[in-house]
Amino acid sequence: MSVVKLDNVTKTFPKGNVTALEDIDLEIEPGEFVSLIGPSGCGKSTMLRVIGDLVKPTRGAVEVNGKPAPRARADHDYGMVFQDSVLFDWRTVAKNVALPLEMLGWSRAKRKERVEEMLRLVELQGFGDHHPWQLSGGMQMRVAIARALSFEPALLLMDEPFGALDEMTRERLNIELLDIWRRTGSTVVFVTHSISEAVFLSTRVVVMSPRPGRIAGLVSVDLPQPRTVDTREEPRFFELVTEVRELLRGVGADQHGSVLAEETA
Amino acid sequence: MTIVAEPVPRGTVVATVGRQARDWIPALAVFVLGIAVWQLSIQVFGIERFLLPKPGAIVSRFWDARDELWRAGWFTFKEALGGFVVGSTFAILFALLLARFRRVGDALMPIAIAANAIPIIAFAPIFNAWFDPLQPTSKMAVAGVLCFFPVMVNTLRGLTSVRPTQVELMRSYGAGEVAIFRRVRVPTALPYTFSALKVATVLAMIGAIVGEYFGGSQEALGIRIKNSAALFDFETAWAAILVASILGIAFYLAVALLERLTLQWDPTRQERGSA
Repeated sequence: MSVVKLDNVTKTFPKGNVTALEDIDLEIEPGEFVSLIGPSGCGKSTMLRVIGDLVKPTRGAVEVNGKPAPRARADHDYGMVFQDSVLFDWRTVAKNVALPLEMLGWSRAKRKERVEEMLRLVELQGFGDHHPWQLSGGMQMRVAIARALSFEPALLLMDEPFGALDEMTRERLNIELLDIWRRTGSTVVFVTHSISEAVFLSTRVVVMSPRPGRIAGLVSVDLPQPRTVDTREEPRFFELVTEVRELLRGVGADQHGSVLAEETA
Repeated sequence: MTIVAEPVPRGTVVATVGRQARDWIPALAVFVLGIAVWQLSIQVFGIERFLLPKPGAIVSRFWDARDELWRAGWFTFKEALGGFVVGSTFAILFALLLARFRRVGDALMPIAIAANAIPIIAFAPIFNAWFDPLQPTSKMAVAGVLCFFPVMVNTLRGLTSVRPTQVELMRSYGAGEVAIFRRVRVPTALPYTFSALKVATVLAMIGAIVGEYFGGSQEALGIRIKNSAALFDFETAWAAILVASILGIAFYLAVALLERLTLQWDPTRQERGSA
C-alpha cells in the first residue's frame, strides 16, 4: 500500500483563476524520500498542502496511508515542517516539541519522556527549558523537526525547511535528516528550490512545471545509502544533478531564473 | 556537533532591578531639576500663587491634609478600579466573541473603531443622570466605557494577527477552532491586550476624576479638587492632584508588573529589557 496516492488531482484557486495543480498522479511508497522541485509557481507547496489536507483539491482524490486525506489528518498520520520553524515563542523548546503530544492527549510523564528522547535525537539535550528565540536558526529548525517526529508519524511533509539557513548549516542538517529518516523508517515528502539538495536527499525527485503545475518528469536517485559528505563529490551525483537541471530547463525554469539563480546563489 | 549557542542564563530579579535603578537615574535627575526650576522661578518672577503654587507649599499641604486626601484618593481609585475591571472584562469577552464569529466582527469593527475615536468623557454628565451621581457606579460607568474600546480593539487585533503557518501547523494536528484559540490566538493576543490595559489604567483614572467634576460625593478626590480651586485654596487642589498622580502611576505600574510576570517569554520585551 502506498503512503501517498494522488489520483488526477487538480487545484484551482478562485482568486485570479490560477491553476496551481493540474491532473497530478503520484504514488509514494513506504520508506521513500521524495523531493518536489520546480520553479516558483509550479504548485509544489500546494501539492504538499493537498497531501496534508490543509488545502482541498478542486478535483481528484488524495489518499494518505490508504485513507482519504481529511481522515489521515484527523488521525495524525503525518507531521509537517514549514519553511520557518513555526515555534511558539510563549512555549519553551520542550513544550514546543510536546505540542502534538498534548493534542493527542498523552500524559505528562509520557510527554516528558518522549520530549527528552526527541531532543536527544536532534542533539538539543539541555535546551528544553530555553525559549525558541534563544536558539540559532538551525537549532530552531531542529526543534521543529523533533516536534514533527515526536508522535512518530509514518509520513513527514517538509516545505523548504532549510531554505532560510546558510549553506553550511543546511548541508549539516541534510545529513542529520537522512540519519533520522534511516533510523525512524518514515516516508518523507520534501519541497525544495535546490537541485543539489533534492538529489542528495532523495530516493526520487519529482520535477514540476509551472502554470499550470504539472509533473514534468521523475528522476530515480540511485546513489548508495548512507549518503555522506563525499556523496556530493561523486560523478554519479553530478550526472543526476545535470539530469534534474535539464528537466527544469525543459520546463522553462531558466527563463524564470528562480531555480538556477537559487542554485548558484 | 558544535553547539551554536550557549544556554542563556536567566537574569535574577535583583540584577533586573539593579539595572533598572541605573536606567532611572537620568529621569530622576531631570525630575529633581524640574522641581527646582519650578520653585526658583516662582520666587524670581514673582508668580502669583493662584497661577502656580510653590512645590514646597503643595507638599506641606499634602502632608497636613494627608489623611483626608488619601481617603478621597482611595474613594476615587476604587471607582477607577471598578470601571477598569468591568470595562476591560467586557472588552476582552467581546473581542473573543468577535474573533470567533468573523461575520459579526466585520460588521461591528468599523463601529467600534468609530466609537473609540469619539470623546467618551463628554458623556460624563449623561452617566450622572443615568446613575445616582453620588454613588460610585456613575463614575465606574464613565471609567468602564473609556477602558472598553481600546482594550477591545487591541485584543481583537491580537487575536486576529496570528501567523497563517501557526494555524496551518495546528490544523495539521487535526485541531479545531477552540484548540487554535486556546493554544495560538490567546497567547498571541496577550501582549496586545496588556498594552491596552496599561493605557486603560490612565483612562480609568481620568474617567473617575472628570466624572466627579460633574457632581459626586463629598468624599471624592475630583470634588475635592474642584471645590478647593473654587475657594482659591490652590495648594489643596494641587495636593489632591498629586494624590491622583501617585495613584495613577501606581495603578499603571501594577498592571505593568502583571504584564512582566505574564509575558516573560516575549522576545521583544527581553530585548527592550524593561517595561
